[in-house]
Amino acid sequence: MRVQRLPQKPAQTEPSEQVDLSLLDPLIDKYKNKKGNMIPLLQGTQDIYGYLPRAAFEKIAQETGLQLNDMFGVATFYAQFRLKPVGKNIVKVCHGTACHVQNATKISESLEETLGVKDGETTEDMLFTLESVACLGCCSLAPVMMIGDETYGNLDGKKASRIVKDIRRSEQN
Amino acid sequence: MENLKVIVDIGSSGIAAGAGKVHTHLQNIIKQDQLPIDLQQTSGIGMCYKEPLVEVKDADGTYLYGDMTPDLIEDVLHSHLKLNVPLEKYVVHTANFDTPHNAFMNDQTRIALRHCGVIDPEKIEEYEAQGGYQAIKRLFKHKVEPGKIIQTIIDSGLRGRGGGGFPTGLKWKFAFNSKSDEKYIICNADEGDPGAFMDRSLLEGDPHAVLEGMIIGAYAMEATGGVVYCRAEYPLAIKRLNKAIQQAHDKGYLGKNSFGIDGFDFDIYVKEGAGAFVCGEETALIASIEGKRGMPRKRPPFPAVSGLWEKPSNINNVETLANIPWIISNGPDKYAAYGTEKSKGTKVFALAGKINRGGLVEVPMGISIEDVVYKLGGGIPDNKKLKAVQLGGPSGGCIPAHLLDTKVDYESVTATGAIMGSGGLVVMDETTCMVDVARFFLDFTRKESCGKCTFCRIGTKRMLEILTRITEGDGKPEDIDKLLELGEEVKKNSLCGLGQTAPNPVLTTIRYFKDEYEAHINDKKCPAAVCKQLLHYEIDPEKCTGCTVCAKACPTEAISGERKGVHVIDQDKCIQCGECYSKCNFDAVLVS
Repeated sequence: MRVQRLPQKPAQTEPSEQVDLSLLDPLIDKYKNKKGNMIPLLQGTQDIYGYLPRAAFEKIAQETGLQLNDMFGVATFYAQFRLKPVGKNIVKVCHGTACHVQNATKISESLEETLGVKDGETTEDMLFTLESVACLGCCSLAPVMMIGDETYGNLDGKKASRIVKDIRRSEQN
Repeated sequence: MENLKVIVDIGSSGIAAGAGKVHTHLQNIIKQDQLPIDLQQTSGIGMCYKEPLVEVKDADGTYLYGDMTPDLIEDVLHSHLKLNVPLEKYVVHTANFDTPHNAFMNDQTRIALRHCGVIDPEKIEEYEAQGGYQAIKRLFKHKVEPGKIIQTIIDSGLRGRGGGGFPTGLKWKFAFNSKSDEKYIICNADEGDPGAFMDRSLLEGDPHAVLEGMIIGAYAMEATGGVVYCRAEYPLAIKRLNKAIQQAHDKGYLGKNSFGIDGFDFDIYVKEGAGAFVCGEETALIASIEGKRGMPRKRPPFPAVSGLWEKPSNINNVETLANIPWIISNGPDKYAAYGTEKSKGTKVFALAGKINRGGLVEVPMGISIEDVVYKLGGGIPDNKKLKAVQLGGPSGGCIPAHLLDTKVDYESVTATGAIMGSGGLVVMDETTCMVDVARFFLDFTRKESCGKCTFCRIGTKRMLEILTRITEGDGKPEDIDKLLELGEEVKKNSLCGLGQTAPNPVLTTIRYFKDEYEAHINDKKCPAAVCKQLLHYEIDPEKCTGCTVCAKACPTEAISGERKGVHVIDQDKCIQCGECYSKCNFDAVLVS
């Protein structure tokens, strides 16, 4: 069970919470009054903002009649939903069985060191979010990581570090 | 000259290996050089270890090329177009001559995977050209009664391929017997087992077969609606499913009066999962479709009586459904001719881990695990020794090397303490630590436990704590008994399959590899040299050349020594990270 608490402080103090809520209107129109609409609404919201901003929860609750507590319950239950903004590049390190026996732990450790963040965290420059995922399903390439849509296989710690360093360099230029 | 037919294998694992780049390059050079080539695409033949794969068909035959890159594919085309011969070096499968990899394809019996890697999954015409949608059309033409269809499935002996192994026909019968104005057939494509990708490959490679299976099921059970619950982590599968559904609509196979049958209004939509392993469990999956937290509930009532929106519902796995049209077309006897007395037909396995040929294979039930690993899988890389085969993912167990002659059927596998599961088969060699593997799986189930049942929620956490301390060298002699006791309790006191099977990896590894547990606990040693805190690094003075690479790599400056002189590790500073071991070019760092 994953329990993530929402930030206790009012969310408005975070600059990243300055989101354009009007983007939600077409989504709410599409799913309003449909049964079983909660997960698609949250998925759609995350597609728009990259995460689930607190203000979006409130707007959806007001306009659809869904209960805030139910929405938080669902958002914190499923691994897909994030309550915090993420970096531009999401680095997903596969920790499936095949990757695990091919030393995926080492990949995560190297990346944690290179990026200076722990699993699940985002770098200060908002360029990278490091995540471990259960299985990317390309087991014959193990160990694997995925950045954006690109999959990198047959990794070792050094290769993985070099890949994120290269991306960081090209982003800075 | 006749056009060459070139087919690129574009599935998720192919794309990960670079198939997209090969395809784009082919498009470019065909256009640029006006090559006489008919370029097409397919998905996932299963030879993942040789991807990217490209099939070339010329007048003499069909050649499947492996490990293709944009450069290599040019060489292949040159050979075919200019020299008129295949480039044998890269051929991984053909009927025209022997290749070291022919056995991988030839030793399979492909029923569920019959179209994977053969047709373009995005074209309904190609599915129909292979006999697709003929099964359902024949049922309608001959006005076959639903009861008779269900009997056909019962006679075929088909059992749920998601892992449970419940007879599919019986399940359909229960749903049929629940009369209601609304009834649902749900395809469970929430393939969450790490190391398993059978369902994804099927949905990407042959989505129409799954849809046809669902339509047949809907007709047989008199269902009014269909849902495919698919992992959101499978974007390509979702895309192809949606495309297939649209095509089926355009043909009149879905929607109002499907297939022109008055009153048969059946439609299917795709519901994206949101990432929760427990949603593979039927009642949790239904809760998730309804938009709730995916938590299982008590049964009865079973979904066949009260499921989605409290209406009768039937849930089948992707592979199960893909078998249905074949069984209807070929008859139940032909299907039942494969397999053993109680486990009929074939099973798809995803081979991964320490194996030479990782990928997807479909074999008749009753074949030995040994044959799957060695004949099809090509054995273990680097001549290492096989230690165990893990079947069934986090719900399954480890089958040790001495039981490799175990037959692949539901009963034989269950007798070993593992389960057939959905088909993930991960091979482990002597460099895999079984305590670490047990800890890995328990860490997974602990995270994925929904938290409803106390034993699953807290029991898995306590078990994980014990396993973690064993791998860190703090294990106590009574820990093994504690794990066994706790494991039995978690199994007994959990509501759903997740908790009931979560201790399996621990219980089977204790059963077969107790010596490894004891080595960790009593001798504070990890025989496979995996558990970091139990390792001891030393530099062999004979082999050390004083190149200083290890000293530079060491993050804690635990290694000292003059250039060209022998280096030493300060054991007090060493954090057992293994950097020196992986960096040394002279095998001078010893691990024990």
